[in-house]
Amino acid sequence: MSAEDTPKDYSESPINLEYFYTAGSATTRFLNQVKEGNIVGQGCPKCKAVYVPPRGSCPRCGVATDIEVPLTDKGCIESFTVVHIPIPGNPIVPPYVCAMIRLDGANISFLHLIQDVDIENIRIGMRIQAVWKPKEEWTHSLENIKWFAPIDEPDVDVATLRFQES
Amino acid sequence: MSDSKDLLRAPFELAYNYKRSNGPVMSKFFEALGEQKILGTKSSTGKVFSPAAEFDPDTHESLNDMVEVGPGGSIESFSWIEAPQNHHLIKEPFAFALIKLDGADSSMLHMIADCNEADLSIGTRVTAAWSETTTKRITDIKFFILEK
Repeated sequence: MSAEDTPKDYSESPINLEYFYTAGSATTRFLNQVKEGNIVGQGCPKCKAVYVPPRGSCPRCGVATDIEVPLTDKGCIESFTVVHIPIPGNPIVPPYVCAMIRLDGANISFLHLIQDVDIENIRIGMRIQAVWKPKEEWTHSLENIKWFAPIDEPDVDVATLRFQES
Repeated sequence: MSDSKDLLRAPFELAYNYKRSNGPVMSKFFEALGEQKILGTKSSTGKVFSPAAEFDPDTHESLNDMVEVGPGGSIESFSWIEAPQNHHLIKEPFAFALIKLDGADSSMLHMIADCNEADLSIGTRVTAAWSETTTKRITDIKFFILEK
């Protein structure tokens, strides 16, 4: 059947799932600090690994991460991808860059945007810092950080970021 | 550790705007709904599937022979929804039902409204009530009502 004589090729078929999200105690502690513009990771009392964002326990040791570890908003790009395909409902116009951000002192990374730089200049190991929204817009969300932007510091060899058991 | 009453809570909505490719058979089925007609597909053994099936599950043949069925039919089974929730299309108590349309050998999952639970039983006759506006989707059948 050709495209011309196909009466109706597509139908909109939206799917909506409405949740009520309850943050656990670890995420609540973390987001209460994010609301104040602070990034506070949580450390494992056994292996000393620092998790940000924290999920409350150390997957390596199976114990609660009850040590609060204040971090700065600086770090490096651990990996990144250039997004070319628009996602319906997403206000960001492609191409844009999503990166795994490894904050200084953290042992895991999280996903955020990289802006204020030509895409072709973005590289793994590049030093970056958070660009925050105006303080009056801060909520309990990492969206308080608009994106991360490069800073004038030497690149990091990401191989050195691998976790070393102390 | 914080008390559970101190935990952050927030509504969260996850939504995907899918577009479904209908294919040649279902395209005709949806197109007909826009004209307030319900179609089925007929296999070489004479069995009629509605909603239209693209393949016969027994003979595995592809199905292209479209026949009109309904709009009346009978209840094969049903589940009464006494307290509809936000995501339900009908806000008054209603039933989800499998309805075997006249001329069809399979049944269609849809809703039955404007009735009481006591009005419904297996075999009860119902007929399609159409939406005021057509979008060529299954919701062009607004719901089924008791046949007069």
